[in-house]
Amino acid sequence: MTPTRKKRLAIVALLVLGVGAAAAVAFTALNDNMLYFVSPTDVHAAAAPEDKQIRLGGLVAAGSVQRDPDSLSVRFTVTDGRHDVPVSFEGILPDLFREGQGVIAHGRLNQDGHFHANEVLARHDENYMPPEVMKSLESAGHPPEASKQ
Amino acid sequence: MIRMLIPLGVFLALVALLVASLQTGDERKVVQSPLVGKPVPQFSLPGLHDPDTITSRADLLGEPFILNVWGSWCWACRVEHPFVERLGREAPIDLIGFNWKDEREDALEWIGRFGDAWDRHVVDFKGKVAIDLGVYGAPETFLVDHEGIIRHKHVGPIDATVFADLMQRIMELEAQAQ
Amino acid sequence: MSAELGQISLILALVLAALLSVLPLVGAQRGNEALMKLAPSLAIGQFVFLAGAFAALAVAFLRHDFTVSYVAMHSNLLLPWYYRLSAVWGSHEGSLLLWMLLLGGWMLAVAAFSRSVPRPFTARVLSVMGMISVGFLLFILFTSNPFERILPGPIDGRDLNPLLQDVGMIFHPPLLYMGYVGFAVAFAFAIAGLIGGKVERNWVRWSRPWTLAAWSFLTFGIALGSWWAYYELGWGGWWFWDPVENASFIPWLIGTALIHSQAVTEKRGAFPAWTVLLSIAAFSMSLLGTFLVRSGVLTSVHAFANDPERGLFILVFMGIVTGGALTLYALRAPRIMTGEGFDWVSRESALLLNNVFFTVSAAMVLLGTLYPLIIDFMGWGQISVGPPYFGAMFILLMTPVVLLVPLGPLTRWKRDGFMRVVRPLATAAIVSIVAALLVCAWLESWSLRAVTGWIGGFWLIGGAATFGLRTARASRSGLARHQWGMVLAHAGAGVFLIGAAMVEAHTFERDVRIAPGETVEAAGYRFTLHEVVEVKGPNWRADEARFSIHRGDREITRMAPQKRHYHRGGQTMTQVALKPGVFRDLYVAMGEELGESGAWSIRVHIKPFVRWIWGGAVLIGLGGLIAASDRRYRGKRKARESAPAAAEATA
Repeated sequence: MTPTRKKRLAIVALLVLGVGAAAAVAFTALNDNMLYFVSPTDVHAAAAPEDKQIRLGGLVAAGSVQRDPDSLSVRFTVTDGRHDVPVSFEGILPDLFREGQGVIAHGRLNQDGHFHANEVLARHDENYMPPEVMKSLESAGHPPEASKQ
Repeated sequence: MIRMLIPLGVFLALVALLVASLQTGDERKVVQSPLVGKPVPQFSLPGLHDPDTITSRADLLGEPFILNVWGSWCWACRVEHPFVERLGREAPIDLIGFNWKDEREDALEWIGRFGDAWDRHVVDFKGKVAIDLGVYGAPETFLVDHEGIIRHKHVGPIDATVFADLMQRIMELEAQAQ
Repeated sequence: MSAELGQISLILALVLAALLSVLPLVGAQRGNEALMKLAPSLAIGQFVFLAGAFAALAVAFLRHDFTVSYVAMHSNLLLPWYYRLSAVWGSHEGSLLLWMLLLGGWMLAVAAFSRSVPRPFTARVLSVMGMISVGFLLFILFTSNPFERILPGPIDGRDLNPLLQDVGMIFHPPLLYMGYVGFAVAFAFAIAGLIGGKVERNWVRWSRPWTLAAWSFLTFGIALGSWWAYYELGWGGWWFWDPVENASFIPWLIGTALIHSQAVTEKRGAFPAWTVLLSIAAFSMSLLGTFLVRSGVLTSVHAFANDPERGLFILVFMGIVTGGALTLYALRAPRIMTGEGFDWVSRESALLLNNVFFTVSAAMVLLGTLYPLIIDFMGWGQISVGPPYFGAMFILLMTPVVLLVPLGPLTRWKRDGFMRVVRPLATAAIVSIVAALLVCAWLESWSLRAVTGWIGGFWLIGGAATFGLRTARASRSGLARHQWGMVLAHAGAGVFLIGAAMVEAHTFERDVRIAPGETVEAAGYRFTLHEVVEVKGPNWRADEARFSIHRGDREITRMAPQKRHYHRGGQTMTQVALKPGVFRDLYVAMGEELGESGAWSIRVHIKPFVRWIWGGAVLIGLGGLIAASDRRYRGKRKARESAPAAAEATA
């Protein structure tokens, strides 16, 4: 082996080692930071991990938002039409948060099926134009493909 | 040469992943309508022209019907309106207009300008029934059979294709009911 | 009428782009001068029609032509003219048109400023860019036509999303797209080099100023986007690791690797294949970003209206562009010249390390962004990846970069001694540690993040200064522009690092309930709410909270955050009140009214050194632009050697 080849081999070996180590670290970090997305139905089927940070998605049930006038505590119910999950949250809700609108809450589920959110995100903007509507609207001028349910 | 093909291979794997994801992208995002196959929830709502007439679920049972969710603020509803009118004319079953989160004057003015396509109106200004119905946005169109079971739901404006699809489903419903 | 004119302009631009993508390339392959000479004129023509189409859409907005459905959806009668203008690129269709206009602009610039580059090469570059043009124009015309009519048009339009009614939004997309699209130039140069077969070292030199400029614009664009999110979204964060942000950050990381590898390839001929690959990757990642943002495969807090059909189009387009480029690479790269060898301690090694860290970082961000798709693909459920992943990986990968950056420029090409490189930096190292400790003592901030941030920041600035001083002393003419650019960019990275570390270590953040007359204490500042009043704007009304802020006995300032309610669509928006400062920002946002008591929930932030984040980014971008303007790249020296070319260049 010539010196240049040897050096090249060393560089390649170092690279492989480095990338391998980085990949190992990356996957560990990924698995530590995975947030599972669950629906209220999953919660009821006990398919959601307890005491682990998860994302709960659904609609804010009508009339369910209760605010404590003396603090920043808020309670509301997230529903997917089949099941409801009570959620409590301390803090400021996003502008787009509304009853009957989509919402994603980050937080933990406790044993009795109560969800403690530490972050609440509104799912889409308030102009009643969910993406599918927008999509079909924009393709209204074209012959659209067979519509999906 | 083989070495030079590695980037291409990585890229093709990426494209394969993205193609696969593209097809399931909708499922990841949409809150699936869980009510298809379920009965229409209980409701009783006032009419549009006559606030005193109350229509409830029981009044509508016995015959299949179409429920079309709209609002005067809803831009896409104008787009689908010609097809809603065709539905009103051509579909052999009742077409119920479900006015959502609207103001009465606005809704009436809208109908005055663009035409009244519906056989019957109910209004849900507060949007409470809409939540039970799982309305995600306007416009939406539900197809309900004679037993009050939601058989189909379309999210978004009706266009020629959707219209044809709806008509076919309506015919099938009619055939089954007989 | 203007919409139809716009549509026709777009079609004409497509015709010219199609001609451009074929004729000059054929000319270059066959040695046909006439065909090659067509390239600049076609590029100019294409730009004129693109500008026409863009102007047509702008006119439709300014004149309230609501029969154009794009206008009806994104504007209304009450919207002020400047937002009507920026609404042109406020949503998917129009932003693609802007993208095309900028691509046309870059092509025009390449046609105009490439006099010193051999004609066949320019012809190939413009042809390749023409192909990209064709793809995007087809995309616009078939899936995203902004000129579509809706008859009869509504009397009034819906509103532009209030989040986009903001000065940051006027400039953020154009800058970002300048960067994205600018990488198309580097891509085209690399492909032209591969097509040409005889790959010369020169193409890298010709490509460098373009790559630097594109990268600088991308830097500005990302910084502006971060600033916009900071004050507009009302969350007070400056970076969220959101898929949309990652989509712009991945090309930036690749671009950073690219500008450094180009330096090695140009000067020493080393890693030529790698540079080609990075050129392809930078633009491909821009396309991938576009795909991710617009196809709806990933959920993001701020996504465009999603459409799988469009997604498929972009994916196919990306498949052709990147797949084609990589195939060409596989066929031609083995023939690319190889550079001379180098020693372990050498500038080449330093830049190689830079490239390893930046590409691995890009891969990490890409992995985190796509991981939900992979998990879903495997049927393991729906997940998202939390920001801590990105934060942890990034700190891990960037720490060695921060340590090594000052060494790189001081290292000689080919072979150097470790001690010779390190010795001049001893002063910088000692000074940075002592200064950092002094600053931390003065600020009384002893968190690990803050201390390491200050040391790292001063080390980067000191390292850049050391290089600048030594180089200036060694050469009579002082620093060349590309050296100035580098010094500025590296020092900017130091400024950025200090800002980021201080914000992450010492941000004071609280959500509190406050009623008029009450006072909230926050990190030595007292926020007193006097009243909440109603105010009116052109297309909104708002609740405005009036605060006065005291420190000690002195009133520092008054702040008035708002909760705006837009008339059309009934959207609500938080308008943050900011008191910016070099050393700290005061930040107040309104939450909502609590009950009937007149009390509100409010969010108070004190953000130390947050301006340094964007200040550093601006320095980095400016460094790139200054380096791009270096005379060396303009080929004047070469032009002087051959008289006819010189005459042309000065003409």
